[in-house]
Amino acid sequence: MVKNRPKEGVVAKRLNHREYKDNFCDLHPPLSWQEALNETSNCLFCFEAPCQTACPTNIDIAMFIRQISTNNTLGAAKTIFDRNIFGAMCARVCPVEILCEQACVRLEAVGRAVKIGALQRFACDIAIEENVQFYKREKDSGKKVAIIGAGPAGLSCAHRLALFGHQVEIFEAKNKPGGLNEYGIAAYKTTDNFAQKEIDYILSIGNISINYNQILGRDFTLTKLKENYDAIFLAIGLSRTNNLHIEGEEAQGVVDAIDFIADLRQANDFSEIPIGKDVVVIGGGMSAIDAAIQAKLLGAQNVTICYRRGAEKMGASEYEQNLALSKGVIIKHYYAPRKIKTKNGKVVEVEFDIVTEKNGELIKTGEKISLKADQIFKAIGQKLNTENLSGIKLKSGRILVDEEMRTSEKMIFAGGDCIFGGEDLTVTAAANGRDAAIAINKQLNAGGNNG
Amino acid sequence: MANLRSEFIGIKSPNPFWLASAPPTDKAYNVERAFRAGWGGVVWKTLGEDGPPIVNVNGPRYGAIFTSERKLIGMNNIELITDRPLQLNLQEIKQVKKNWPDRAVVVSLMVPCEEEAWKAILPLVEETGADGIELNFGCPHGMSERGMGSAVGQVPEYIEMVTRWCKANSRLPVIVKLTPNITDIRYPARAAKRGGADAVSLINTINSITSVDIDNFAPEPTIDGKGTHGGYCGPAVKPIALNMVAEIARDEQTKYLPISAIGGIATWRDALEFMLLGAGNVQVCTAAMTYGFKIVEEMITGLENWMDKKGFKNIDEFISKAIGNVTDWQLLNLNYVTKARINQDLCISCGRCFIACEDSSHQAIMKEKNNKRHFEIIESECVGCNLCVNVCPIENCIEMVPLKAGMIDERTGEKISDKYANWTTHPNNPASG
Ligand SMILES: Cc1cc2nc3c(=O)[nH]c(=O)nc-3n(C[C@H](O)[C@H](O)[C@H](O)COP(=O)(O)OP(=O)(O)OC[C@H]3O[C@@H](n4cnc5c(N)ncnc54)[C@H](O)[C@@H]3O)c2cc1C
Ligand SMILES: Cc1cc2nc3c(=O)[nH]c(=O)nc-3n(C[C@H](O)[C@H](O)[C@H](O)COP(=O)(O)O)c2cc1C
Ligand code: SF4
Repeated sequence: MVKNRPKEGVVAKRLNHREYKDNFCDLHPPLSWQEALNETSNCLFCFEAPCQTACPTNIDIAMFIRQISTNNTLGAAKTIFDRNIFGAMCARVCPVEILCEQACVRLEAVGRAVKIGALQRFACDIAIEENVQFYKREKDSGKKVAIIGAGPAGLSCAHRLALFGHQVEIFEAKNKPGGLNEYGIAAYKTTDNFAQKEIDYILSIGNISINYNQILGRDFTLTKLKENYDAIFLAIGLSRTNNLHIEGEEAQGVVDAIDFIADLRQANDFSEIPIGKDVVVIGGGMSAIDAAIQAKLLGAQNVTICYRRGAEKMGASEYEQNLALSKGVIIKHYYAPRKIKTKNGKVVEVEFDIVTEKNGELIKTGEKISLKADQIFKAIGQKLNTENLSGIKLKSGRILVDEEMRTSEKMIFAGGDCIFGGEDLTVTAAANGRDAAIAINKQLNAGGNNG
Repeated sequence: MANLRSEFIGIKSPNPFWLASAPPTDKAYNVERAFRAGWGGVVWKTLGEDGPPIVNVNGPRYGAIFTSERKLIGMNNIELITDRPLQLNLQEIKQVKKNWPDRAVVVSLMVPCEEEAWKAILPLVEETGADGIELNFGCPHGMSERGMGSAVGQVPEYIEMVTRWCKANSRLPVIVKLTPNITDIRYPARAAKRGGADAVSLINTINSITSVDIDNFAPEPTIDGKGTHGGYCGPAVKPIALNMVAEIARDEQTKYLPISAIGGIATWRDALEFMLLGAGNVQVCTAAMTYGFKIVEEMITGLENWMDKKGFKNIDEFISKAIGNVTDWQLLNLNYVTKARINQDLCISCGRCFIACEDSSHQAIMKEKNNKRHFEIIESECVGCNLCVNVCPIENCIEMVPLKAGMIDERTGEKISDKYANWTTHPNNPASG
């Protein structure tokens, strides 16, 4: 079959339905029972297992793998959820190659880590599928906690607080829960509306209500919440994006990568999403990789990630970079965007300075290069909207917290992407939410109130 | 070049690897395939007396235990002796022996414990041209309830009596196959010898229940809701068989009695271990049932390569070579002191040795050094028990190093003696001089 020449410009329906379906299926298909069982035999049940220490939520990995191996899969799921109620999503999205699996002693022994992520997914999915609920709320404490943001940090905190018997009320800007689980994570990592299924499972604990379309600053204030709640947890992620500050940035076809990804995640039909023929992604983090891969999967012919520093500086792990390369994405290093050229208000080309790096500083070599582009995704980082935080202490533009996730205000806690020192990972958000809940509970039980 | 040729109680075969009496040797079709694959001999599936054929269950007859990779490590069965007509088996044995004159064909027999029954069947077997007979005193299920198999094998006097009948009524060499379902294997072996047996073979299968169906509350394999004990075999039984072979090989009364070893043999190394403990040849069942006849190729080349490496030309040069080193506990040298040593270059820091020694042995392994995960032996605590070696997932990572004479054992503070001293002369032994 002769393929038609790809259409110029940003257009939908570049592929046929089958191709969309194949392209956006599960990146790592779930393990069958036999595959899981075989994989468990690789686990050595290490003493104080290094993988557990490497997991930001400290899941007892050796134990849950042993439980799977004895056909006690629900026991395994509970072991995981005890530490991380988002265990199922984390199993799909965690960069395990730099977390638990990187610490697996089998890497040293035989050059291959136990597939911890895949096994974790195996156990969690069964519990969620069968809707087995492991937890019962403690008796009503009479305390009320407000949470702002229904992403993994907010929901993980909410679940743990509800468990402790507190009443939880969430204020969420969007009309759906999940945060980046729902709007950000690559479609091929969480298929079949899994983000919502998982949240339904988590919310089954009860005593958690979510108020949608409620934006801090627009619809309510921290001052008001402080009057009505015993504690507050801020989990608002990073809602603002950075700009390139170069000529042509306003042109049609220049889009924030995370907006593109959010649209993609909300689409019922991937064929309806328009995509360019020549796509340039500017940035070097996870969002850049995800935008590039998904552009390619939507049928873009040429997708080039342009990053202004070297490979080792990329926020995306080596594994993610290789994944992009394997999908046909081109990665260019030391390309600093200079200007965007337009025609009739639309992008046609982007020009870069070729730079080098000396002691962290970028130095222009004088060389320039242009790439043809009909669509440009900006993936140069998100930042915290610091308005309306009523004087809470910040550091480097993010909220400063102590080791109990407490902000400079005693009754206000924060976690997830919005805090200083965060790792911008789903799993850290889940860990922060859990730890904040534990600290809040401790404080509420101690009778603490407005500090 | 190594030569695997074997002569066991006068029966010649191109190698010492025989198939044990079991489904792989049930009919000409299988046996021919086995010979084509390279097996040196077979013990034909046990024949019973003439009459209506044996009836087997029609539901599952095998059960098994597995590793988590579903590697079969132990199997049991509730199969009986051959369920094919006697005449058919005899015809096929005759034809196969004619087609394969260089291979050993031994016929396994089990008939009621009456001399007439043996007298009736022995000439029929002789007539086939078979090289020998094996008396099945082993089957632990089905036949034993009928006064045969292990019901005979568990009573030394019966073994002696039946063996004597066979020797008296046949010119064929007689191998007596022993059941392990007894407390001391030397008694049935001695009885076989007294009866005039040319050799013993062992082990037959071990009474067992491999698992229980936890939904239907019944042992497996389950037949219409019920199960029964079956005979256990495969890799899991090898250590038991090795010991029984060694016990017979070093017993004063039976030490010159030839042994055909059976039980969990799957590789050249398994076979070799049995031969080093005194077996003249070996028989295989479960491994062939698990992987097919082709495994014999690995056994042949593996043993040849080992022999070449060691400079052995014939198998007789190494048979029994380890038996002199099998001794009794009270004769072990108590002045031999070893300490575990972890090779830090090989260590992957799984910590398995630490937790084993910590929870079950002598708290002789440290888990950190300079605040870093690090596993090292504390010699002043190590009793040299070997547990850490056994739980370590990396081969040769932990070694047991003997202390040289003159060195101080940091645990006891005593100087290592170069003298041999055992329990019989130990001061703590009330019975010692
Ligand atoms: C494109 C992309 C891909 C990613 N891929 C991965 C991955 O593969 N693996 C991984 O581990 N991590 C990944 N991450 C990072 C991960 O998604 C985040 O670290 C994680 O979602 C942070 O959780 P959070 O709860 O802190 O914030 P978010 O998930 O951002 O949730 C914040 C919530 O707060 C709401 N909110 C924001 N402002 C307000 C306001 N003013 N009022 C009320 N509500 C508000 C938002 O609507 C949202 O629901 C990715 C991120 C992006 C952007
Ligand atoms: C299914 C099955 C049937 C057997 N039938 C007989 C038999 O008829 N006669 C006999 O002497 N031994 C029989 N055996 C025992 C084997 O010959 C052998 O002694 C035993 O399986 C141990 O060897 P292995 O570990 O190599 O299997 C049988 C074993 C199995 C598994
Ligand atoms: S040999 Fe035994 S006592 Fe010594 S370190 Fe190993 S496990 Fe501990």
